[in-house]
Amino acid sequence: MSTAQMVMYEEEFQKINEIMNRLLKEANAKVIFLVDKNGQLISGVGETERFDTTSLASLTAGNIAATGGLAKLIGEKEFSILFHEGEKDNLHISIVGGRVILVVLFDSRSSLGLVRLRVKKSSEELSTIFEVLLKKAEDKERRGVSDFPFAEITDDDIDSLFS
Amino acid sequence: MSFINYASREINCKIVYYGPGLCGKTTNLQYIYQKTAPDAKGKMISLATETERTLFFDFLPLALGEIRGFKTRFHLYTVPGQVFYDASRKLILKGVDGVVFVADSQEERTDANCESLDNLRGNLQEQGYDLDKLPYVVQYNKRDLNNILSIEELRRDVNPTNVPEFEACATTGEGVFETLKAVAKLILMDLKKGR
Repeated sequence: MSTAQMVMYEEEFQKINEIMNRLLKEANAKVIFLVDKNGQLISGVGETERFDTTSLASLTAGNIAATGGLAKLIGEKEFSILFHEGEKDNLHISIVGGRVILVVLFDSRSSLGLVRLRVKKSSEELSTIFEVLLKKAEDKERRGVSDFPFAEITDDDIDSLFS
Repeated sequence: MSFINYASREINCKIVYYGPGLCGKTTNLQYIYQKTAPDAKGKMISLATETERTLFFDFLPLALGEIRGFKTRFHLYTVPGQVFYDASRKLILKGVDGVVFVADSQEERTDANCESLDNLRGNLQEQGYDLDKLPYVVQYNKRDLNNILSIEELRRDVNPTNVPEFEACATTGEGVFETLKAVAKLILMDLKKGR
């Protein structure tokens, strides 16, 4: 398979949320999301309840994928930062460690410069955590250990999902 | 690639509906959306043209329930079927866990079916996937129409590897959930094996 399976553990999840909460304060942002490049939401902090987070994650990933396609067409590896300016709210989207997407939503109480500066620092920290996670996943794959939390799953379990 | 989150006890999987233009991929998702309880589904997103042709993708998140304490979520995507949207199709296949190939049963769509299937295989290969190793099912859609091929003929064209196959009429919903259930089952069983 092209990439190792993404598995999130309690320890790293907490660290990630700490970094995101700090970034939320330091960048004066309204809400911050972390999204897998495949469109799965990893975590969100701030006023998350105001947004349809699942759709947001999916569209962000689609957006990054589409601009990534554009980048390749003009001979770039990727566009690592996207910025969308609205009337009130703005989106700063950046790729972290080549694997995940950091989305920062902010308004006039902050500024693009501040967000960029703070995101840069947090990105490095987040990157390190995802490297650890990736290593864990690769280790397990090498040892042939499955991370599927219910190895004894039965047909009935699956059928009950659809009943 | 599926995403397992031990912290929030969730498993997320990505299913892609593939097939030629106008074969009924979006209609499959629309039916699933209509028939799913409000608390089990998110908003359906369609990035479509003004004439309701899929431009980038349709997206439908489903949270079907829990298995052994883990919330099991499926993210359903369709690709744009029209030939010239190939660059977009490649993007949507990224991180796929399972594929549904929706074939158009009408006789005159035989070439379009075969071309789309070749395209699927090629685009997967480009990203390091092998269709024969992925959870994969085939749906023969539009069985309610008159000018359709027999199942044997369709099988010969689009299901030479004999994966699970389903007859469907996506507009009335016949076969839609059977198809989804089959691919979901293959994905979970595949995860269980620990790829």
